[in-house]
Amino acid sequence: MKLIERFREGKFVLTCEVGPPKGIEVRKLIDQMQPLRGKIDAFNVTDLQSSVLRVGSMAMCRLLKEEGLEPIMQLTCRDRNRLGLQSDVLSAAVLGIENLLCLTGDHPNLGDHPGAMPVFDLDSVQLLAGVKGLMAGKDMAGNELEGRFPQFCLGAAVNPGAEPLEPQIMKMEKKIAAGAEFFQTQAVYEVDKFAAFREKVRHLKAPVMAGLVLLKSAGMARFMNANVAGIHVPDGIINALAAVEKEKRVQKSLEIAAGLVKELKGLCEGVHIMSLGWERHVPKLLEMCGL
Amino acid sequence: MLFTKNKPIDEVLKSLGEEKNIFLLACDGCAEACGTGGREGLSRMKVELAKAGKNVSAACLVDFLCNKVLVMTRLSRETENIRKSDSILVLTCGIGVQAVSKVVGKVVHPADDTVSLGGLQGLWPSDERCDACGQCVLDYTGGICPVTSCAKGLLNGPCGGAEDGKCEVDREKDCGWQLIYERLEKSGRLANLKKVYAPRDHSKMLPSKELRESSFYDLEQ
Repeated sequence: MKLIERFREGKFVLTCEVGPPKGIEVRKLIDQMQPLRGKIDAFNVTDLQSSVLRVGSMAMCRLLKEEGLEPIMQLTCRDRNRLGLQSDVLSAAVLGIENLLCLTGDHPNLGDHPGAMPVFDLDSVQLLAGVKGLMAGKDMAGNELEGRFPQFCLGAAVNPGAEPLEPQIMKMEKKIAAGAEFFQTQAVYEVDKFAAFREKVRHLKAPVMAGLVLLKSAGMARFMNANVAGIHVPDGIINALAAVEKEKRVQKSLEIAAGLVKELKGLCEGVHIMSLGWERHVPKLLEMCGL
Repeated sequence: MLFTKNKPIDEVLKSLGEEKNIFLLACDGCAEACGTGGREGLSRMKVELAKAGKNVSAACLVDFLCNKVLVMTRLSRETENIRKSDSILVLTCGIGVQAVSKVVGKVVHPADDTVSLGGLQGLWPSDERCDACGQCVLDYTGGICPVTSCAKGLLNGPCGGAEDGKCEVDREKDCGWQLIYERLEKSGRLANLKKVYAPRDHSKMLPSKELRESSFYDLEQ
C-alpha cells in the first residue's frame, strides 16, 4: 500500500516510528508494534538514526511486511554512495517495500562511530531525483533498467521550526520537484510556528505530517532540547512533566501529546508518532485524541 | 601549488548572463604558473570577453589572491573601476575566489576549476579552503564553498540539523549553507537556491595523466 493513497482518501494519516535494535534480537520490537495493528497506517523504520549502529531499515521493513504491517523504509545519504543507495532501492522493491523516506542523514560525528567516513555522495534532493529516475526505468548514469520499473511512494523531511525558514521552504520545493509526495517533520511543540509554516507553504500541495514525540520525562525533554536538532520543547511542558510523580508520568505525557494533536489536527494531514519504546501506550493516546 | 584549469568559456559566459562591464582579475601566483591566470590568462580572457560583446572595465593582476590584505591593498586603487563594473571575473583557484568574494561587495564569478592541491591551500589564506573538486560551484553559492564549509559537503543544502545558524557537528561552527544563504540574500541572488544541483563527479578529483606527468604536480618529472 502506497501511503499517498491514504492521503488521497482524505484520511488523517498516522505513522509510527520504529527504531531497530543494536543487535539481532528483532522479535521484541515486532511484538511491540502488534498493539498498533489496524490503528496506524504505516511504520517508519529509521536508517541508523542519530548515526548509531543498528539493524538496517530494509531488513526490519521486510519483517514488518511479513507480519502484515505496512513499512516505510528510511534511506539516508550518510553511509552509501549513489551505487549503494540505488542498489538498496532496487532491493527494497524486490522485497515488496512500497514506501521510501529519503533523507540526508545525521553526520557520523553525532553517533557512536564518530570516526566513520561521512559519505554524503548524494543529498536528499539528489536521492529523491535518483529514485524518481529508477521509477521511470533509468539509473542515475542514464542506463535503462531491465524489465519492470520499481514503484514507490516517496517521502521527505522538512523542519518547520527552522530559522531562517526561507531556505527550508526553497528546499521543500526542490524536493517536491525531485519527487517527494509527502513530508514528515521533527517533533512539533510550537504550534504557532507550525501554523506560520503551513501558511508559507500554502502553494505546495504535498501533505505534511507533524512529528510527535512521547516525552517520557522532563529530563528527556531537556536532553532533546540540547542535543536533537529541530526540536524545542517549551518550558511550560517541561515543568508540567517535572511536576508529576513517576507513576503519573505516562498519563501526563499522553495528555500533553493528545493536547498537541488536537491543536495540530487542523494544520496538517497526519501525525508521525515517535513512541521510542512506549508503543503500548499509543492505542490509549489515539483514543484520547479521538483517532 | 594549486593547479587550475580554465572553465569552458561557455560556462563562464553563461554565468555572466546579461552583465556588460566586467572587471577582470587574475592571480599571478599558482594560476600564472598553470597558464590559467597571470598575464597569459588575462590576455586570453580579454579576447574572449571582447568576442562575446562584453566591456572589460579593467584587467588587474595580483600576486596571491589567497591573501585578502594583498587583494584589498591592490584593489583599493581600482575602486572607481570596480564601482562601474557589473561583476568581477576571477582567474584563480577556489581559495582566491572565496577570498575575493569576502572583501569585495560585487558579484564574483570564477573562471577556473581547481584540479589538484599538490599539498597547498594557498600561500596566506585565512579560513578559506578548497577541496579541488574540479567543478567549482562558487558562482552559484555567492563565493562560499559548500564542499568545504558544509560538514556534509551538500550541494543542495541546508540539512535539517543546523540550529541558530550553527552546524550539527559543532555548535560553534557556522552552518556553511546559512552563510551561503546570507551572502546570496545580501547580494539579491536568493533565486540561486532554487537550482537543483546534480551529484558531484568525484572522478574529477583524480589527477589526469597530463597533470601527473607535469612538473607542477611532481617536481621530479
